Amino acid sequence: MTLVLYRIDDRLIHGQVVVGWGQPLDIGFIVLVDDEVARSEWEEDLYRMAVPPEMDVFFHGAADAADALPRYRSDRRRGILVTGDISTMRHLVEAAHVDAVNVGGIHHRAGRVQRLRYVFLSPQEEDELRALAAAGARVSAQDVPNARPVPLDDLLAGAEL
Amino acid sequence: MSSDAAEPASDAPRAIVAGHGDFAAGLVSAVEQITGRGAQLIPVAVQRLSVQDIEDLLRRRMIEEGVRVIFTDLQAGSCTMAARRILRGMDDAVLIAGANLPTLLDFVFSHGRTASEAARHAAERGRAAICVHGAAS
Repeated sequence: MTLVLYRIDDRLIHGQVVVGWGQPLDIGFIVLVDDEVARSEWEEDLYRMAVPPEMDVFFHGAADAADALPRYRSDRRRGILVTGDISTMRHLVEAAHVDAVNVGGIHHRAGRVQRLRYVFLSPQEEDELRALAAAGARVSAQDVPNARPVPLDDLLAGAEL
Repeated sequence: MSSDAAEPASDAPRAIVAGHGDFAAGLVSAVEQITGRGAQLIPVAVQRLSVQDIEDLLRRRMIEEGVRVIFTDLQAGSCTMAARRILRGMDDAVLIAGANLPTLLDFVFSHGRTASEAARHAAERGRAAICVHGAAS
């Protein structure tokens, strides 16, 4: 099997990832790519304890994640890769081709404009999403599996608000 | 007011309830309907908030209300993650993840215990209250 979902989600590992996507996709592992988490054993333990015992969690910073991707892509289990921001995912997409990127949750912060119920973006983040698409990734927003994927153009237009 | 007062008034806030969707409001509403003691529980909704905003909100409500007990719905949930970060700097606080209605009913009826003792007792009651009836496997 391989990595079956590349997700941008500022909540990182949480209910939607572990249960919402994890159960229907029969996920065996999660790759969490986040510099802050990767620097802290306490944070790693926090996320490790959030998943069922049969599910592995692997941690990487943005700089070393791309080199580790071939190992996860050849894993016999199915996995989800999660980044907490767009720029980290962009780094991965540009270093190692990714077919599709799921925008799962980017929440309110000063300077961001609401584009979906669960997606708020700054102008710079919108440019980074366009760069993801330009690098060959199919970008869409979808919080849970049974929701309709919102294509990038519709997302940036705020068409679903 | 300290949440660890052993004999709190029945309507004094003693704990926060937080989780996905309308989980908190729904459970607190059910506690109120069954017991009239829903005021002991403060429902907190976190939809559309970032993890940092959830942590800030839960911490602020705990301080405002003087409570040191948090009930959440899911071990992997954002509220649980935020609460665990809060507990790191709050030694007298306790988090019960996976709370259900029997848990909260036991909590609001606890007498003679501190809030944290009551929460631990309630967690055991909630765990034991899950039963399967019907078709044998």
